[in-house]
Amino acid sequence: MIALIIRRSYQSIVVMLVVALLAFTMFRYVGDPVAMLVGQETSLEEREELRVKLGLHDPVPLQFARFVVNTAQGEFGISYQIGRPVAELLKERMPATLELAFLAAIFALVVALPMGVYSALYPQKWLSNIFLTVSLIGISLPTFLIGIMLILLFGVVLGWLPTFGRGEVVSFGNWTTGLLTTSGWQSIVMPAFTLGMYQLTLIMRLVRSEMLEVLLTDYIKFARARGLADNAVHFGHALKNTLIPVITITGLQLGQLIAFAIITETVFQWPGMGLMFIQAIGTVDIPIMSAYLILIAMFFVVINLVVDILYHVVDPRLRVETSKGH
Amino acid sequence: MKLRTLVLGAAGLALAAAVAVPAQAKELKFAFQGTLNSFDPYNLNETFHLGTQGNVYEGLIRRGSDMAIEPALATSWEVLKPTQWRFHLRKGVKFHNGNAFNADDVIFSATRVRAEGSDLRTRISADTKVVKIDDYTVDFITTKPNPILHFEWGTWYILDKEWAEKNNAVSPQNVGGTEENYATRHANGTGPFKLVSHESGVKTVFAANGSWWDNANKEHNLTSVIFTPIASDATRVAALLSGQVDMAYPIPVQDQKRVDSNASTTAMVGPEMRTIFLGMDQHSDELLHSSVKGKNPFKDKRVRAAFFHAVNIKAIQKKVMRGNSEPSSLMIAPGLTSLSATHFKRLDFDPAKSKSLLAAAGYGSGFEVGMDCPNDRYVNDEAICTAIVGMLAKVGIKVNLLAQPKAKYFPKILAPNLDVSFYLLGWTPGSLDSWNVLHNLHGCPNLVDGGPIWKKEDRNKISRGKFNIGGYCNPEVDKLTARILSETDKGNRNTMIEKAWGMTIDDIAHIPLHQQALSWGTGKRVKSLAQRPDNQFAWRHVMMN
Repeated sequence: MIALIIRRSYQSIVVMLVVALLAFTMFRYVGDPVAMLVGQETSLEEREELRVKLGLHDPVPLQFARFVVNTAQGEFGISYQIGRPVAELLKERMPATLELAFLAAIFALVVALPMGVYSALYPQKWLSNIFLTVSLIGISLPTFLIGIMLILLFGVVLGWLPTFGRGEVVSFGNWTTGLLTTSGWQSIVMPAFTLGMYQLTLIMRLVRSEMLEVLLTDYIKFARARGLADNAVHFGHALKNTLIPVITITGLQLGQLIAFAIITETVFQWPGMGLMFIQAIGTVDIPIMSAYLILIAMFFVVINLVVDILYHVVDPRLRVETSKGH
Repeated sequence: MKLRTLVLGAAGLALAAAVAVPAQAKELKFAFQGTLNSFDPYNLNETFHLGTQGNVYEGLIRRGSDMAIEPALATSWEVLKPTQWRFHLRKGVKFHNGNAFNADDVIFSATRVRAEGSDLRTRISADTKVVKIDDYTVDFITTKPNPILHFEWGTWYILDKEWAEKNNAVSPQNVGGTEENYATRHANGTGPFKLVSHESGVKTVFAANGSWWDNANKEHNLTSVIFTPIASDATRVAALLSGQVDMAYPIPVQDQKRVDSNASTTAMVGPEMRTIFLGMDQHSDELLHSSVKGKNPFKDKRVRAAFFHAVNIKAIQKKVMRGNSEPSSLMIAPGLTSLSATHFKRLDFDPAKSKSLLAAAGYGSGFEVGMDCPNDRYVNDEAICTAIVGMLAKVGIKVNLLAQPKAKYFPKILAPNLDVSFYLLGWTPGSLDSWNVLHNLHGCPNLVDGGPIWKKEDRNKISRGKFNIGGYCNPEVDKLTARILSETDKGNRNTMIEKAWGMTIDDIAHIPLHQQALSWGTGKRVKSLAQRPDNQFAWRHVMMN
């Protein structure tokens, strides 16, 4: 097991380096940070000095090496635009994004599960068809459109929910949360729904197809033959066996939720990391862009590592293979 | 678990009720498209930053809602001789932390604004001496006469020397540095509002300053102000329509009708000072992006005139800007000059004439040219460019448009790259004076009079004409511009300005399009506010219901 973790960690480092390199190559094409840093009166000479000072004229490999060394030391630098350490900024913005992502994941899971089960058990009923149609909309409508429609309906026309922001937040040390205030809850409803919609569809369809498959297996037939009640068969046996892939997918999708939050955060002006990233792109704020990309890559790497480890714990067959070595 | 959530939720409710604002409080909530980054007033020479900081900090002078110069931290000033100005400072003014304001703060601020890392170094030229005469008198000694010395000082804010020294904020934030400057998130001004908290990109909170020196004549009734950046246009408009913000800007021109027809919101449209214009490369021997090889068609005035005649400015005003623009014949908003808006005439929209001019210049069958355009900088910038592409096509010019975000656009067209043949740009003179436009956009971009224009090795050293991307050069205009800078007689100066404008217009140095309009939206809680033509939002003019 320890050997596995070490091996996986090596691979993770390679992945992170590749992400860093890709991110870094991309920055060459986003534009000139200096043009975004100064006003129109700044002389051309001062602009040039600034470029030299920021190391923008250094050879790319040198810039990359410097970036990797700094990043490895946890030094992301100071945001060009905001003038504050990037690590601090990310720490401040992270709670908003994580809260939104987790709530969206929970919402998707809680709603999608019963929908999936129902449509598997009663595939012919009209409600199942409605579920499937709705889920088709969820998977085909772009996030920003859902978001804007929700804002229009519940924010502007009905006036029930706030159209932007996070509401009142309460802070505990390094963490801020909007989940302890009414305005915070009101604010998170629409963004979480918007963000969770795609996942909801995915999970519902997954549960449905898994469940349909499981319902045809022998042990369900035997369970019925034993005269067990329908509920015991459906939920005690069938659903339980459906859940393993569902949980895996949900876990893996969490990384997606955090990364995809960018669009939802932009539409709802949700003050998370994604919004900051988008704004950083507009102003070529390289320290923020690079730190964000590295962080997101790390989320994915860690989640995948955890999932891998869990597989080994859950599935004895994998354990045997590992102990033999490759 | 559920119970705990409920209990916590209830606690949150109680907390929210406890901190609820009393009914008589006048809280202004407003949203703007961009974020407020650093609060250091010397960090970025940009309208929104300086405008917002101007509610907390003040300069020696300030601009009224009609842009007129008013005394602020200086009560009066006199010109002892053309190169020596004396400013008498206001007595009894306190910074927000209680420190007294005096001449030392002015001298400190004059040093800091010219220090490394400051983006406002042009506010006071490097060779200007700032001399303390006594605690409330300061002299500014310049090497050359400068009749508009104080024109930009409405946004040169005075910092407290003791406060800056105590908090290690003596110089502005160093870009590329490793430590945060104290002034990035803290402020200590003398203005009508105090900075309470500043979270860039999230929320900035201000409170009214009860001990502001001008409270006796104050025009506002606010107790606090909350600023939220809302980048997405649709979300910003929705926030205004739903009453969650009391004021939002800019409102996209296509949403103005909706904001105005809504019972609880009003669209406020007013003239802005920014002039949008087209520029042409007139200095290269061959255009970088064109089908014409071996020569540069823009060197021929007839071609420039043909382009001008091809532009249907009425159509742009009506269709692209939906009425929110003022077609202009001048490269500066006429209100900033002594000239009337009709003093100079635009070349008429006349495609037939345009074609014949092109034919006379030897381009009867037209030619191809590349055009650069920003798509996130000015109101409907890309749409204007697209319209112009169509208009030029009608006279046989094929324009290949490249519209891109400002982060890509500016580095491409500005020196040292100058990778451009034909472009759209906007300009507002920081000093609100013609000299700025003549110098930056019309001055010959060379180091010595008569020297080569935009010489490759010298590009980063150019200061005259640094935004004269097309390389327009008329030595007579340069001479006049230099005299305008130091002429102290107002009447003479205005005559010279008129003459200089006449020359550049006659040369067709650029093709001015229009002054774009300001577009703000207010909610019903706002009783009145002043919409300044420089697009700065001064809260000291806001009355709430």
